[in-house]
Amino acid sequence: MTPSLYLWLLPLFPLAGFAINGILGRRLPKAAVSAVALLFPAAAFVQVLWIVARAHQGLALPYLERFATPWIAVTGFHANFSFLLDQLTLVMLLVVTGVGLVIHLYSVGYMAAEDGYWRFFSYMNLFLFFMLTLVLAANFLLMFVGWEGVGLVSYLLIGFYYTKDSAANAGKKAFIVNRIGDFGFLLAMFLLIAHFGTLSFREVFANISAHPDLQGGFLTAIALLLLLGATGKSAQIPLYVWLPDAMEGPTPVSALIHAATMVTAGVYMLARAHVLFGRSPLALAIVAIIGAATAFFAATIGVLQTDIKRVLAYSTISQLGYMFLACGVAAYSMGIFHLVTHAFFKALLFLAAGSVIHALGGEQDMRKMGGLRKKLPVTFWTMTAAVFAISGLFPFAGFFSKDAILAATFETPGEKILWAVGLVTAGLTSFYMFRLWYMTFFGSPRYDESSAGHGEHGPHGVHESPWAMLLPLVILGILSLAGGWIGWPAALGGHDWIAHFLDPVFTSASNAQLVVPSAADFRLERILAGVSMLVALFGWWLADLMYRRKPQLADSAEQKTRPLYTPIWNKYWVDEMYGAVIVRPILALSRNLLGRGVETGIIDGANTAMTATASGASSGIRRMQSGNIRSYAGWLAAGAAAVLIVALYLSHSF
Amino acid sequence: MNEPMTPSMIAFSPALRILPEILMTLTGVLVMLVEAVLKPRTSRKPLGIVAILGTLAAIAASVYQLFLPAGTAFFGTVQSDAFSVFFHLVIGCIVLVTLLISLDYFEGHTSFVGEYYALILFGATGMMLMTCSVELLMVFISLEISSISTYILAGYRKRSATSPEASIKYFLLGSFATAFFLYGIALCFGATGSTNLYEIAKGVADGASPLLLTVAFGMMLIGLGFKVSLAPFHVWTPDVYEGAPAPVVGLMSTAPKAAAFAVLLRIAYGAFGTAIHIWMPLVWIMAVLSMTIGNLGALTQRNVKRMLAYSSIAHAGYLLVAFTALAPMGIAAASFYTAAYAAMNVGAFGIISYLSGYNEARTSLSDFAGIARRHPVAAAAFAVFLISLIGIPFTAGFFGKFYVFTAAINSGNAWLAVLGLLNSGVAAFYYLRLLAQMYMVPVEPPREADTAHARPAFILAMAILVLAVFALGIFPGRILDLARAGAATFSGPANAASQTVPVALLRR
Amino acid sequence: MTVPIVWYLVLSAALFSIGVCGFLIKRNIITIFMSIELMLNAVNLAFVTFANHWHQVSGQIFVFFVMVVAAAEAAVGLAIIISLFRSRNTLNVDQIDLMKL
Repeated sequence: MTPSLYLWLLPLFPLAGFAINGILGRRLPKAAVSAVALLFPAAAFVQVLWIVARAHQGLALPYLERFATPWIAVTGFHANFSFLLDQLTLVMLLVVTGVGLVIHLYSVGYMAAEDGYWRFFSYMNLFLFFMLTLVLAANFLLMFVGWEGVGLVSYLLIGFYYTKDSAANAGKKAFIVNRIGDFGFLLAMFLLIAHFGTLSFREVFANISAHPDLQGGFLTAIALLLLLGATGKSAQIPLYVWLPDAMEGPTPVSALIHAATMVTAGVYMLARAHVLFGRSPLALAIVAIIGAATAFFAATIGVLQTDIKRVLAYSTISQLGYMFLACGVAAYSMGIFHLVTHAFFKALLFLAAGSVIHALGGEQDMRKMGGLRKKLPVTFWTMTAAVFAISGLFPFAGFFSKDAILAATFETPGEKILWAVGLVTAGLTSFYMFRLWYMTFFGSPRYDESSAGHGEHGPHGVHESPWAMLLPLVILGILSLAGGWIGWPAALGGHDWIAHFLDPVFTSASNAQLVVPSAADFRLERILAGVSMLVALFGWWLADLMYRRKPQLADSAEQKTRPLYTPIWNKYWVDEMYGAVIVRPILALSRNLLGRGVETGIIDGANTAMTATASGASSGIRRMQSGNIRSYAGWLAAGAAAVLIVALYLSHSF
Repeated sequence: MNEPMTPSMIAFSPALRILPEILMTLTGVLVMLVEAVLKPRTSRKPLGIVAILGTLAAIAASVYQLFLPAGTAFFGTVQSDAFSVFFHLVIGCIVLVTLLISLDYFEGHTSFVGEYYALILFGATGMMLMTCSVELLMVFISLEISSISTYILAGYRKRSATSPEASIKYFLLGSFATAFFLYGIALCFGATGSTNLYEIAKGVADGASPLLLTVAFGMMLIGLGFKVSLAPFHVWTPDVYEGAPAPVVGLMSTAPKAAAFAVLLRIAYGAFGTAIHIWMPLVWIMAVLSMTIGNLGALTQRNVKRMLAYSSIAHAGYLLVAFTALAPMGIAAASFYTAAYAAMNVGAFGIISYLSGYNEARTSLSDFAGIARRHPVAAAAFAVFLISLIGIPFTAGFFGKFYVFTAAINSGNAWLAVLGLLNSGVAAFYYLRLLAQMYMVPVEPPREADTAHARPAFILAMAILVLAVFALGIFPGRILDLARAGAATFSGPANAASQTVPVALLRR
Repeated sequence: MTVPIVWYLVLSAALFSIGVCGFLIKRNIITIFMSIELMLNAVNLAFVTFANHWHQVSGQIFVFFVMVVAAAEAAVGLAIIISLFRSRNTLNVDQIDLMKL
């Protein structure tokens, strides 16, 4: 009998913060709102640290805590309201509460001048509540509760600047696209219920493990549906389109939700369901391919973006692709490792970008930045740490995790192509990140000094941000440098601590990790590390050449590669394609059903100038709602006739 | 009847079987009589309170019925069991909340409001009676009691142009559909020589005149399909919901539907349980049609009431999905969904009645712009109901859908569940549009003085509904158990009598 | 002399159909209302026929119930029609289409 860890308390802390700020926030002074907003996540973080200490003292993991048994019991299936703590959960908890707390601190400075200060923080705390529920859940149903919840809060926060039309539309787009993913998740759950009669992770996975003959088949179906859910939440092909638009939200939101935590939920889910995926080589292969493809395509788009936050958004998609790739080659602990380091450096990148935007009075276009190195020293140096980390330069955090994924991919038989794609992507990543670095901090200032510093954000000129914002940058900067050392590979003289820590969760999935590596493996790993390092340096060199030493080169390169440049600049027209193939037909159907025009502004992105005229065939349906009683009665009679005919047909055919 | 006669069954009067209905009727009559005595100008609020007390008594009586062993009374025409109690409670709660919402709604606008309360009570009597009838003629009479009351209620804003139109549309088309239902009863009678559901079940099982019975079931499906606004019998819904007063729409979009679904369950699973191959495909098609037409129709609506009308068609479709599942689970899922749907839909229309005022001048989507700033609490409650209608976890809507689709998949109807899920994906869109209007559109100064301010009764009603939405979403256990106990009564009339699950459930 | 039961049923179905057609064709609300009454009476005929067929008096009792309900419906219906006429000054259903789409 293990003593209680009071896991139930963990999500309740931020929920209390949400309730207090949400109900009273309007009347509370700003300082009180900030105090509440910081105190509750801090309490959660402290509790996580306490749990870590307990785990260190030899607490038996996994540890299960039940509250309502059964929570829901219907014929053929029951679910408990219970939380599960194992090594994987613990890592996620540390990331969510730790990075979450830091970003909350940053927001106190960043959002200081904004309207709806209390509203912002109540949403942020609500987000933490749902995210913790998602991570702690011991069954798919509770996980789905958190899953939907974070989606909802993400929607609220993307649309936080509700006076901007684009923000409201981006929120809607995120929500709708995620609904498609959720559709997959829900179907997967239904299939699990139909086949196992339970949604508990433990029971389902024990059931699968107990039947070695279960291979592929419906497990593949479930795995692929889960994958659909993951691609929605983690912004992978084909459902990645919402994430770039999600950058309409405040920058701390982008950092917390759309970079560090929520979008990694898909990766977490894949890792959590590794037993299931382990039985379906097909699904795993698809995960790997989706991951590599997304990583590459998003990186190519990122190369040409000029909005600083959009570059980071595409880079997030690309990095999530790496995590998917890791899961796809069954190197789950590597995927989680990258999740952790990515949370550090990507949160830092967003926060630093926020600091730049803040300094320039809201300017996000990199073409209007430049030369900020001297004006924003702290931002510059922390951003540098993050850029080095994401580019995979030794000994920054990203180097270890990315290298581990590439090495694992290389060692998986038959995945050499994916490795090559991953390597090229690494080069691209390095290139566009240093491009961002140079365009923002080097060269001559291209911003308008007179307008930049004014407005809400500050009284005089371009200036460094307040300490509430800089302290988080420094903390994350240190983590971006040193955070990767927890995974210092054995080949380079380290202990690969994180992999060993996560081993108990994943060993059942892949035996590969049990093999003791030989000296030859070490040599191969060192060579691979050297290669990826060289590629990253090459990207840096290219960016240096094109954006510092010979800026005119960038333009001429653009001229020469026009056929390549156009599709990338237009983001491969994916948004337009979705608009034409999915959104328009649905709206056209709805309109024809009722015989009325579609108002503009219903759908973002999609061309609202609907050209399709109602075809002759639909004119009958158009009359359905004429308002005339006799025509309604006609419909009733026709329906009645149809029902009777179908019924008679059925009774005869049996 | 051929039930085992145990001593405990003789001990009570058959009137106890319809105690809730009796209480409702008496209260209604009382309200009517007092209304005639009151001076025209005096406030009718006390009458409303009397009606509320009567409803509470009826709810208590329904709970009391759980302690009776299930059984029939009055020559086998009514049967009180866990199933009927479940729907009694749902209908009773809807009526209670509607009365609370209406308490101040008509004040100062219409005289003789006592009639309104009485009509609601009489209508509710009919609906309750529908859920415990096991005799088709009884079903017909109670259906008419409930319908005739709602015809009048739909036109209760007498001075507006749209309200009488809603009333006449509902009345003419409703009578039209009822005639079909009645014809179905006649054919049932012709095929089996009885209108008792258990007798009909025997006839169906014996294979008596399959042709006649098929047509009979089709006819009854038409009549009930109209009442619950299933496609293709849904055409009246948007117009009537748009014209009728919002509190009445809240009532008539939930309570009569719950009752009609209860009847449909009794007929489909009880009487025609052995002819499942005939009605299953029909129900399948109607479910898909309703979901699709409802959601696509709602997608382009600019009027919030019409939008919710289409959404109610879609929800009837989701509910019908549960019908395609196998007996106990499908029935339980359908029952639970009616309760979940009632909580959120009554709430949504309640908020509309508050925000758009008595004249309903503000029902277009743009009128809801920036409502969150002017009425933060009402907007928050509305948001809860809309989120539940979308089906976000921790709300009644999510769990209802989850249960329904689980039942469908467990019975091998995976495709139906897929279509349903796709539909609810589309549906998120128009609810979200309304949410975005409320929260994310800059505040515009109201065109006219916005005098709406909430009264205690209204606030109480909304609080009850918000709590219900969350309770059904987070801790559905109790209600689920009752729904399952109700579903268990379908295993046959003999089993129903010996069934004691509900009592154990209350003591848990 | 006995008339086969089918003849009654066909007559009943024919009356019902005539009622349906009347509802669809007629423009005056009162006439439409009468069509509904015709449909109900067609059902009554079917009830009586079946009661005779099964030698059960209950079928004939049903007819009384239906007539009572029809009367109640007529009372309410006429009241609604009057209320409508007051606000619109017309009994033509084709002009009662304020709400549509």
